[in-house]
Amino acid sequence: MTDVLLSVEGLTVHRGARRILDDVSFSLGRGETLALVGESGAGKSTIAAALMGLLAGQARVEGTAAFDEAPDLLSLPEKAWNRLRGRRLAMIFQDAGAALNPCYTVGSQLTTVLRRQLSLGRAEARARAIALLESVGLNDAAARMSAYPHQLSGGMQQRVMVAIALACDPDLLFADEPTSALDVTIQAQIVRLILDQTKQKGASCIFVLHDLALASQSCDRIVVLYAGQVMEAGPSETVLRDPRHPYTRLLKSCVIEIGTSELDPPPGSVPGYDDLPAGCRFASRCPRALPRCRTDKPRLEEVAGRSLACWNPEEAA
Amino acid sequence: MLARAAAKVFQTLVVLIIVSIASFSLLKLAPGDPVVIMLGTEYSQESYDELRAQLGLDRPVAVQYLRWLGDFVTGDWGNSYVAKTDIFSFVVQEALPVTLTLTACAILLAIAVGVPLGVISAVRKDSGWDVGIAALALTGTAFPSFFLGIVLIWFFAVKVGFFPVMGFVPPWEDFWSGMLHLVLPAATLSTFFIGMIVRVTRAAMVEVLAQPYITAAIARGEPRRRVIWVHGFRNILMPLVTVIGLQLGAILQGAVLTETVFSLPGLGQMLTGAVLGREYVLVQAGVMLTATLFILVNLAVDLSYPFLDPRLRAR
Repeated sequence: MTDVLLSVEGLTVHRGARRILDDVSFSLGRGETLALVGESGAGKSTIAAALMGLLAGQARVEGTAAFDEAPDLLSLPEKAWNRLRGRRLAMIFQDAGAALNPCYTVGSQLTTVLRRQLSLGRAEARARAIALLESVGLNDAAARMSAYPHQLSGGMQQRVMVAIALACDPDLLFADEPTSALDVTIQAQIVRLILDQTKQKGASCIFVLHDLALASQSCDRIVVLYAGQVMEAGPSETVLRDPRHPYTRLLKSCVIEIGTSELDPPPGSVPGYDDLPAGCRFASRCPRALPRCRTDKPRLEEVAGRSLACWNPEEAA
Repeated sequence: MLARAAAKVFQTLVVLIIVSIASFSLLKLAPGDPVVIMLGTEYSQESYDELRAQLGLDRPVAVQYLRWLGDFVTGDWGNSYVAKTDIFSFVVQEALPVTLTLTACAILLAIAVGVPLGVISAVRKDSGWDVGIAALALTGTAFPSFFLGIVLIWFFAVKVGFFPVMGFVPPWEDFWSGMLHLVLPAATLSTFFIGMIVRVTRAAMVEVLAQPYITAAIARGEPRRRVIWVHGFRNILMPLVTVIGLQLGAILQGAVLTETVFSLPGLGQMLTGAVLGREYVLVQAGVMLTATLFILVNLAVDLSYPFLDPRLRAR
């Protein structure tokens, strides 16, 4: 990683007394794609929301996030956020149907961003918006401009979301489970679209996913989260071909391959945030847990080409 | 969308006919014989029959109803027994404009005060502001408007002497004097309404502000003010307009009391006078008029929905 775009250090988020993110650190190079994976409630979406400054008033955010020339995103005032958001940082949401305002046309929502962030004139913004809609694969783009969100299918709505997010050529795009509300057949199309578009524009992308297989195929790097802690992080291929953390291995075993006759679901489920062990949060479900795992928190260390937080890692495969 | 609108208009017509039948029955069921009332205490059987035939009261009830309805629609509302004046000009040209001006001012005032307070409450949910505004709204709703009116008259008109004590000056004749006369009654009438609007605005806005499209607008770098008013407020117009339309009935009721307290010669005062004087024809006209007003406003509310929410327009 030569040119670091985003460097997150010790990101900790408290919602009330609950520590929903615990000391999360990772970094991302310019033009790289990174996947945040883990079960529901692991804090993947919280990371994206914290880095977009969307947790104001809802949760206490600590740590630093250096972004390009800004030394720390997390300490920015509201006004500075509004200069970055939409223009240099953008986000695609889980359910595009709900993330588009039902009262405004696709065109008005798209041109607003262009006019606001790039100070384009009305006609120029419209031409640009049509071009954007075409680039995300919406046919009959000029006519779609005057459509309301409810008049589009789920896949088309998500394409519009992608167009809005990429309207101002952001440096970093967050895609928060962009396909979970879509039909399986459309999912692959949308992931491909986001990857193609970000690659074409040289943007970095942070994908929030719960699908390990999809993450490994589509992203350069991967961060595996469990209950708000980073378990293992590194290049997707390294991490997935040879996972060293028991949790990553367990996640991998859940990927059902065609032809597999046995299903071996992992025992237990993610613990509630109210009764977490003081040490590694995975300790209560871990097949390799040692007594110290429950009391001492393992730190992320460089092991075999990836970062790993485990007192008793798996042997090389 | 047009078919839906036509259905709504048809439905409204049916309701209007039902209301007119009810109003007509009011007169039929009223105690006392109108012919006797008109003739006074001494009359002959012949003059009785003559007047009865002249009034069409010897015809079948259905015919009477249709004639009455026809007269009503064409503005021939008969004469007041007591005032001996033409009811239509009395009610529509004198009383109605007063009430309409009063209610319009009260509604505008309530919107101007209630909507911003409701939005502030929602944006600063659970803060001191929210609690304070909720308390204020509840007080406004719970406080009897006639009592508030008396307090306002005592303080602003009698003590401070800034506003006139009572009476009505048509704003279309002397705008400033008219407005000055309307401030206290409109304020009195709107307090109840303000509390209602605050609570509806707050509830709807809290729900809307939790929607993903609000987060998405923030994530696009839209400033707070725009997020609240352009993305948030636009989406609560439907519940807001609905409540304002439905509460028109309550506000017309409130107008009766307010007009009495402030001696405004509106529909309310006219209706109270008519009820006390047992002038059923006048009561009937007042009932027909207020009911029609209420029904038409709610038709307008219904017809406005497709404009307020694009999802209700035809695909």
